[in-house]
Amino acid sequence: MYEKHIMICGATGCLSSGSNQIAEALTEELESRGIRDKYRLVMGGCPGFCEVGPIIVIYPDEVFYCRLKTKDMAELVEQHLIGGEIVERLLYKGPDVDAPARFYDTIPFYSKQKFNVLRNSGVIDPESIDEYIMRGGYRALRRALQMDSQAICDEVKDAGLRGRGGAGFPTGIKWGFTNKAPGPKKYIVCNADEGDPGAFMDRSILEGDPHAIIEGMLIAGKACGADEGYIYCRAEYPLAIKRLRDAIKQAEDYGLLGSNILDSGFNFKMNIKEGAGAFVCGEETALLASIEGKRGMPRPRPPFPAQVGVFGKPTTINNVETFANVPLIVKEGGAEEFKKVGTEGSKGTKVFALAGKVRNTGLVEVPMGITIEEIIFDVGGGIQGGREFKAVQAGGPSGGCIPQDLINLPIDYDSLTQAGAIMGSGGLVVMDDRTCMVDLANYFLSFTQKESCGKCTPCREGTKRMLEILDRITEGEGKPEDLDTLDSLAHSIKDSALCGLGQTCPNPVLTTIRYFRHEYEEHINEGYCRSGICKPLFQYLIDQENCTGCRACVRVCPVEAIKGEKKEPHEIIQDLCTRCGSCIEKCRQDCIMITRVGSEADVGN
Amino acid sequence: MSSEAEVAAVNQDIDLSQVDSIIEPYLGRKEMVIPILQKVQEHFGYLPRPAMEHVSRRMRIPLSRLYGVTTFYAQFKLKPRGRNIIRVCKGTACHIQGSPKISERIEEILDVESGDTTEDLRFTLEEVACIGCCALAPVIMINDDPHGRLTPDKVKDILESYE
Repeated sequence: MYEKHIMICGATGCLSSGSNQIAEALTEELESRGIRDKYRLVMGGCPGFCEVGPIIVIYPDEVFYCRLKTKDMAELVEQHLIGGEIVERLLYKGPDVDAPARFYDTIPFYSKQKFNVLRNSGVIDPESIDEYIMRGGYRALRRALQMDSQAICDEVKDAGLRGRGGAGFPTGIKWGFTNKAPGPKKYIVCNADEGDPGAFMDRSILEGDPHAIIEGMLIAGKACGADEGYIYCRAEYPLAIKRLRDAIKQAEDYGLLGSNILDSGFNFKMNIKEGAGAFVCGEETALLASIEGKRGMPRPRPPFPAQVGVFGKPTTINNVETFANVPLIVKEGGAEEFKKVGTEGSKGTKVFALAGKVRNTGLVEVPMGITIEEIIFDVGGGIQGGREFKAVQAGGPSGGCIPQDLINLPIDYDSLTQAGAIMGSGGLVVMDDRTCMVDLANYFLSFTQKESCGKCTPCREGTKRMLEILDRITEGEGKPEDLDTLDSLAHSIKDSALCGLGQTCPNPVLTTIRYFRHEYEEHINEGYCRSGICKPLFQYLIDQENCTGCRACVRVCPVEAIKGEKKEPHEIIQDLCTRCGSCIEKCRQDCIMITRVGSEADVGN
Repeated sequence: MSSEAEVAAVNQDIDLSQVDSIIEPYLGRKEMVIPILQKVQEHFGYLPRPAMEHVSRRMRIPLSRLYGVTTFYAQFKLKPRGRNIIRVCKGTACHIQGSPKISERIEEILDVESGDTTEDLRFTLEEVACIGCCALAPVIMINDDPHGRLTPDKVKDILESYE
C-alpha cells in the first residue's frame, strides 16, 4: 500500500521542458532517504497545462506543482512527502490568481473545463489496465455485448455524438450504415493520423488513456458487426504506439480482445498500422489505401467506406476522440449524462489544443457551446505580454480565422461552420497584433499545397496558383485584382476538389479575406505589413525618444546594422538590415518600431 | 567526394541478409510493404537502392510501385542522412512565434536548405509539421532533444553543441 501516488507528466510538452530529469531527481532523492517504496511514481498522462511544465500532481492530496526544477525535489520530499505540508513556492502562481493555487478548484485554467474524454489522463497509470478497470473501464463493453447491434447504434445516435475528427457526422448513423451493409467481414478503423499542425489532442488521449480507445473500438465492433480493427497512428507518435501495443497485449491477456470476449461469442482482433508522414492520409479513403500498403491517395465517394472500405469490406472509420467518448455513452445511464452537456446540435465536450500567443497554452476540454472569449481569456488567461487579441484559427489548415469581433461566438459545429471555420480536430491557435493574416493564409496554403496528393486537378493546380498569388502579395508585388482572383479560385477548388483536403484548404484564405480584407489591401495598395512579418513591406526604426542606448540590440544583430554610442539612442542602417527580428526580441524598452518602408526616424533634436 | 559518389560508395556495403530477415515474416503480404520499408529504413537510416531492389524481388512488387510508395510518404528517405537530424517544427504555433526566422538562421549557419545534409554529414535539416509541444514554440528537435522558446540568436550555440 502506497502512502501517496506521484503523477509526473510524461507527455511531450513536459518532457521537452525536462520532466524526465525531474523524475530521476525525485527517485534519487527518495532512494537516498530509503523511502522509495512508500510512494508510487507514475510517468503518466497529461494534465493539460503544458505552459507551466514540468508538472507533478500528488494524490490523494490533489496538489499540483508546476514549473519544477530538479533542485526543487529535495524540498518537495522533505516538506510535502515527509512533513505533510504543501510547498507553496512550487504551486501555480500567475496574474490570474491572488494567492498560490492548489489544483482544479483554484487554478483558473481548469475552472471552466469539464473532463469527459480526458477523465483518466494524468490520473491513472496509462500502462495499467487494472487502473483503467478500477475507474469503471470496460463496463460499457460488458453492457454493449449484451445489447443488440442496432440498439447500440441508436443509443449513440440519440446521445447526439458527432464525429470529433472534423466534419461532425453523427456517429450512431455512421455505425448504422456499416451494420446494415451486407457481408460477414467488416472492419473498424481508428483514425489516429493527427496531422494538423498545432493539434495534439489525439496524441494525449492515446498516450494518457489507451484503453478508452480500445474499449470504444470494441463497442463499435459489436455495433457494426465487425470483428477486426485497425488503429492507424502517425509514426511521429512513438510513445502513443508503444502504449497502444502494450494496452492491446494487456487486453488480450484479460480476454477483452480475441475470441469469445467475456463469454459473449463476440470476437475482435486489433492491429496497429503506423503512418509514414502524409497529411492527406487523415482523409478516410486515403487512409484506407495506406492501410493496404499503397500511396495514400483518396478516391471518390460513394461508395462510402461503410459499403466499400478497407480491403473492399464495409468499414467504420472514426477519430480517436470519438472512440474515447463511446464508453461514456454506452455505460449504464451514460447517454443521459452525456446529453446534459453541450448545445442542441453539439452534445458533450470537445478537447482543444490551445496554442499560439495565449498565456496558458495546453490541452483543454470544454463543454460544447462555450464562447471563444471564455476559452481564450478565462481558460487561456488572455494574450501573452498583454498584447491585443486579433484572431483565433480553428481547425488548422482546413479551418478558418475567427476575428476579435466574433469573440462571443459559441464553439459548436454549426456556429463555427457559419463563421467560415470548422471544428476540425481541435487546434486553436491564438494570434495577436504581431501576426500577419496574409502571411498566415500563405502559411496554411503552402502546407496544404505541399501535402496535396496531386490526384485531382483543382487541388493540385489550384492551390499552386493561389499560393503564387499569396507569395507575390507577401513579397510586395500584389496587384489590385488579386483578391478577386483568389476568391474565385478558392470557390472553384471548394466546389470541385475530390476530397476533404482540397475542399477545405481554401478556408484559411477565404476567412482571412472575409475578416481582414484591409490587411490584404494594405499589402497590395500601400506596400505595408503592419504586423512586421512580410519583410519587403516594413522596416524597423528605433524610437529615438525612448532608446536608452543599452546596446542589447547591437549585440544580437547578426549583420551589424545597428550603430550608436553606449547610452546614446541607436539607429538602424536600413540598407544592411535583414529584418531578422533579433533586435525587437531583445529590446527591453520596447522602442523598436515597425514602420512603413521609407519612414524617417524622428531624431529628436 | 560529391554526394552522389558518397551514395554509390555507401550502397556497395549494403548487407542484404538483414533485409531478408526483415521481409521474412511478411512474405506474400503485399499490404505490409509500408511496415517493411519502415524497418529497412530503421536499419540503414535511409532506403538504399539495392535494398529497395531486393524488397521488390522478394515481395514481387514492381520497383516502380515501391518507389511510388516511398516518394509519396515524407518519412521515407532515399539519401543517407547526417549524424545529427535537425527537425524544425513548422506547426502553426511555431510559425506565428517566429519559426521562419529560426529556419533562416540555421540555413545561414549550416549553408544547407531544408531537406539537405551538410557536406561533412554532420547535420541534416528537415521540417516537420508539428512536434506537439506548442507551449514551447518555436521549437526545434535535434535528434531526440527538443530546444524550445528559441530566438534566432540562440541557434548558433545550440548547433555547436552537436558534433
